[in-house]
Amino acid sequence: MSTPEPSTEWPLWEVFVRSKAGLDHKHCGSLHAADAKLAIQLARDVYARRQEGISIWVVPSNQIVASDPGDKSSYFDPMEDKVYRHPTFYALPDALNHM
Amino acid sequence: MYTQAMDTLARESGDALKPVRSTEEKLLEERFDARIDAGDFIEAKDWMPAHYRKTLLRQISQHAHSEIVGMLPEGNWVTRAPTLKRKLILLAKIQDEAGHGLYLYSAAETLGTSRDQMLNALHTGKAKYSSIFNYPTLTWADMGTVGWLVDGAAIMNQVPICRCSYAPYARAMIRICREESFHQRQGFEALLTMMQQGTEAQRAMVQDAVNRWWWPCLMMFGPPDAESPNSAQSMRWGIKRVSNDELRQKFIDATVEQAKLLGVTLPDPELKWNEERQQHDHGPIDWAEFWAVVGGDGPCNQERLGARVKAWDDGAWVREAALAHARKHTPQQQAA
Repeated sequence: MSTPEPSTEWPLWEVFVRSKAGLDHKHCGSLHAADAKLAIQLARDVYARRQEGISIWVVPSNQIVASDPGDKSSYFDPMEDKVYRHPTFYALPDALNHM
Repeated sequence: MYTQAMDTLARESGDALKPVRSTEEKLLEERFDARIDAGDFIEAKDWMPAHYRKTLLRQISQHAHSEIVGMLPEGNWVTRAPTLKRKLILLAKIQDEAGHGLYLYSAAETLGTSRDQMLNALHTGKAKYSSIFNYPTLTWADMGTVGWLVDGAAIMNQVPICRCSYAPYARAMIRICREESFHQRQGFEALLTMMQQGTEAQRAMVQDAVNRWWWPCLMMFGPPDAESPNSAQSMRWGIKRVSNDELRQKFIDATVEQAKLLGVTLPDPELKWNEERQQHDHGPIDWAEFWAVVGGDGPCNQERLGARVKAWDDGAWVREAALAHARKHTPQQQAA
């Protein structure tokens, strides 16, 4: 067997599954499929064999734009010292109970 | 199911760790090691040492191949399952193995290889898969035994990999382990049914299957620790969490009790409880057999690989047709 031509490989898709009504679609993996219709069908077989979902999204992997992991600190660390954005920052009397 | 701690890297190419390179790389590697020490997960786009990538690529693709080839011994019994219930169970299990192979191929692809490259390595015999699938499944009792012992050994091997430092692999393993436990349980139940409700001949069939699968299952954990020169590095990097011998011992200790429940014996006259160690002692494992099977001389190596290559070649027109259909209906993708 010779090495197959790269163009014969089916494109890669990212699969997102909504596990039940009211919840977000969540990324659960990827798969190769010739087109969108086939991708949905294969996603059902590969990622939802046990009622893991009620809805599936597939997105061509090359269409995903991601933040650069190298920029992780400059992007996300500035939030570290903004504790006042969390409710726990505010010390209130116990009598107030559930605010 | 099935990883095998084969650790053949050094044995095959002798290219284990090279001394550290440039200052910059040394710094990157120090940072990487610190992340590993801190219990951080490594993601696909993060910097990683070349050898870490290579080791993982090898282990994950080998694991994926094992899942796919692992469908073949069981496929042998789909049309001959004794009842419709058993046939449905077997089909579901085989479908799971296909799914597990796909999760793992996807995880390996994040490391910068292509599906076709991996399949090509398998089909040309360059890549390995678990030695266990080069043994034949001769009777229906083999199906139960594969579930009980082979999947049991695989689960023992795989649970620690759920904590692997490489996150895409760990995520795939979590999913796999969640789905896997039914595999072992259905196997044990199939055997228990034969042992408790079967004829004398069926009970003998179960014992025969156990006799044939026991030693190859112990080999699934890979060579003894003393002969696994790369294990230390894999442990250091959090790719491997528990040593081959430790896992093997754990499997033996668990299985002895299960065999008693089932009413079968394990084919090792030296197998006995060691009060001092609080573990079972066992007889010597025939590593010459293991290396022969890994090297291509097992009972079914040619048949398994032949079946895989045939399936791939016979399916070529379907893959091409689906792609041609997709291009025809979405012309804008043609350029992509």
